[in-house]
Amino acid sequence: MGQEGAAKEKAAKENRVLTGVHFMQGNYAVVEGALAAGCNFFAGYPITPANEISEGMSKRLPAVGGVFLQGEDELCSINAVAGASLAGAKAMTATASAGYDYFQEGLEYGVAVEAPMVIVDVQRCRGENFATQADIMQVHWGPAGDHEMVVLAPSSVQELFDFTVRAFNLAEEYRTPVIVLSETTIALMRERLVIPEEDKIPVVNRRWTSKTPETYLPFEAEEWGVPDFAGLGRGYHTIYSINPHDEKGSIEWDPDVFQRLYTRIPAKISKHREKISTVQHYRMDDAKTALVAYGSEVRPCLDAMTMLREGGKKVGVLKLDVPWPFPEEAVSDLGKRMDLVVTVEMNTGKYAGEIERACSGRCRTGRVTKNRGLIHSPEEILEALECMGEVS
Amino acid sequence: MTAAPQINPLRKYVREDRMPHFFCPGCGCGQVLSSFLRGVDALGLDIDKMTAVAGVGCTARIPVYIKMDTLHGVHGRTLAWATGIKLHSPDTKVVVFAGDGDAVSIGGNHFIHAARRNLDVLMIVVNNFNFAMTGGQVAPMTPPGSVTMTTPYGSGEPPFDLCALAVAAGATYVARTATSRIPQMDLAIEKGLKHSGFGVVEVLSQCPTHFGRYALGSASPAKLLDWIEGICVSRERANSMTSEQIEGKLLTGEFVHKSRPIFKGSTFIQESPSDKESAFIEGCPDKKGECRP
Ligand SMILES: Cc1ncc(C[n+]2csc(CCOP(=O)(O)OP(=O)(O)O)c2C)c(N)n1
Ligand code: SF4
Ligand SMILES: [Mg+2]
Repeated sequence: MGQEGAAKEKAAKENRVLTGVHFMQGNYAVVEGALAAGCNFFAGYPITPANEISEGMSKRLPAVGGVFLQGEDELCSINAVAGASLAGAKAMTATASAGYDYFQEGLEYGVAVEAPMVIVDVQRCRGENFATQADIMQVHWGPAGDHEMVVLAPSSVQELFDFTVRAFNLAEEYRTPVIVLSETTIALMRERLVIPEEDKIPVVNRRWTSKTPETYLPFEAEEWGVPDFAGLGRGYHTIYSINPHDEKGSIEWDPDVFQRLYTRIPAKISKHREKISTVQHYRMDDAKTALVAYGSEVRPCLDAMTMLREGGKKVGVLKLDVPWPFPEEAVSDLGKRMDLVVTVEMNTGKYAGEIERACSGRCRTGRVTKNRGLIHSPEEILEALECMGEVS
Repeated sequence: MTAAPQINPLRKYVREDRMPHFFCPGCGCGQVLSSFLRGVDALGLDIDKMTAVAGVGCTARIPVYIKMDTLHGVHGRTLAWATGIKLHSPDTKVVVFAGDGDAVSIGGNHFIHAARRNLDVLMIVVNNFNFAMTGGQVAPMTPPGSVTMTTPYGSGEPPFDLCALAVAAGATYVARTATSRIPQMDLAIEKGLKHSGFGVVEVLSQCPTHFGRYALGSASPAKLLDWIEGICVSRERANSMTSEQIEGKLLTGEFVHKSRPIFKGSTFIQESPSDKESAFIEGCPDKKGECRP
């Protein structure tokens, strides 16, 4: 990058990785996670409750040699992230629900040209900064066209850090946009955060092609595979078009080209679902009732589980780290083993439909849902379980 | 002995496997493509180190025929992509190809902000006075009263003066030219390519298929070029014309050509004295050093 790059390196005044024990707000944990993963470009547009991410980035990123942009709107932020990514950056943007609406177009482009990007959505209620999980479907299905979205749902400040690192790594590994689905609850909460030593944090970097421009095909990959990257200004003459393109990157109107591309792009993620969509089991070994949750709702579920266990009830919790791609195996396994599977969500009941589909009538299912700007209390979960009848 | 066939020296830049191109016969887009390549060639620019950015539309297909890294296919976001590319990779020369609709209808907000920031890209706006690819709808620069697909009773939409908009918003190289004036078009694009900072070259261009047929009742490229010539007045000539004579005309030539610090990000740590120099914002140039970026 010549002189500019050298100047930026010189400007690196602070450590990228703040190893140590902190008491930190969730939004700042996202900033530190991004930096630890190698983020060097951030663009954002003001919105509460995601503002501390921009604030943190504007201070920290220039101090480690990166670039901070306050876009003129979210369309600028998301598309600047796409452009920077294709130029080789590890790029991120962050917003809250209303701003996320504007991201669909840039995400559609990122999916199509296979640009690694990290997007943070701090979910909030329509027009107000209260807690909700109402974007759970939009973060998967928002953009037009066939795709499989990778969405990570942290439950704590520690996970906001850890999952942001992981989001960057997954974005690079699968050349795709990855969403960190945050919430007002954890984004504005302060908690203990442990940042490991730099060499203990796994970091995946861009897989640059080793081929010459003469032999390189920009969208050539194995079945369900991910193409190697050439980037811009290096003589590879790649067209990064949202339009249907063949392995050469040429825009083609051939049904077979459409089919190959539109099969590989979702499949490169769904075929690796078991690796990507990790889950955590809490006291599930002998459980007959499972509470299923993602994000901050995992917390009251764990409390409710402890209270029920004290009363001798065989209750466990299945925590979904990665709601999308849907952890099909882990959830359908519940259908086989449980008497009752209960989804706990902070919305009017969205993801619950997926859980019920995967259990496919092999056990009883229930939902504990509300959208009142507040997280569930453990007592509310207990009450709802009581209404559902026998919990063994 | 027959002489060796003459091969256009610009062919080396063209993706021959993409031929024939998809432009209608007589379309101005091909002329802009050649003019751009003549500029690159004349200046000896290394096209390998450049990136083209295009949205959607007929104009946006121009770089798809050039052996050049290209971003393509989202309507109106060219400058947002370009901002990301330039901030991360300032040495990559970026040229944006945008239709009138792409540039200042859906992309209008990015346009004024890229100008304000003096983003270091050249934007070539092919103004064919309509949304061509979608069938010829009214666009922000359609002349008042024109019949288009969506203004069957004549357009009631007052048009933008794109160049005046660019100048007011802070662009540092702004010129208007036309496909009917090839040497002037070449000169404007070449100067734009040499410029560092936000450059806008508006090329008035013919879309015989849609604008020609709807607005002028003729699909003849020649008629359309004559019409464009008829509405063009050079800035110099305009000086000796009355305001009634200039009414409804479009001035051609250069409107601004100046230097201003280029955009490096919303905030950055000032290291060298030259960084400091570039850190003050236009609007308070007298108080060097007191303004924060
Ligand atoms: C978001 C979005 N809206 C609308 C379209 C449809 N569309 C395709 S090309 C185009 C306009 C092209 O007009 P212009 O930018 O002037 O380019 P031209 O074809 O005239 O060169 C539109 C509106 C689209 N592709 N994407
Ligand atoms: S529709 Fe108009 S602008 Fe598009 S290729 Fe045809 S003539 Fe050119
Ligand atoms: Mg047009």
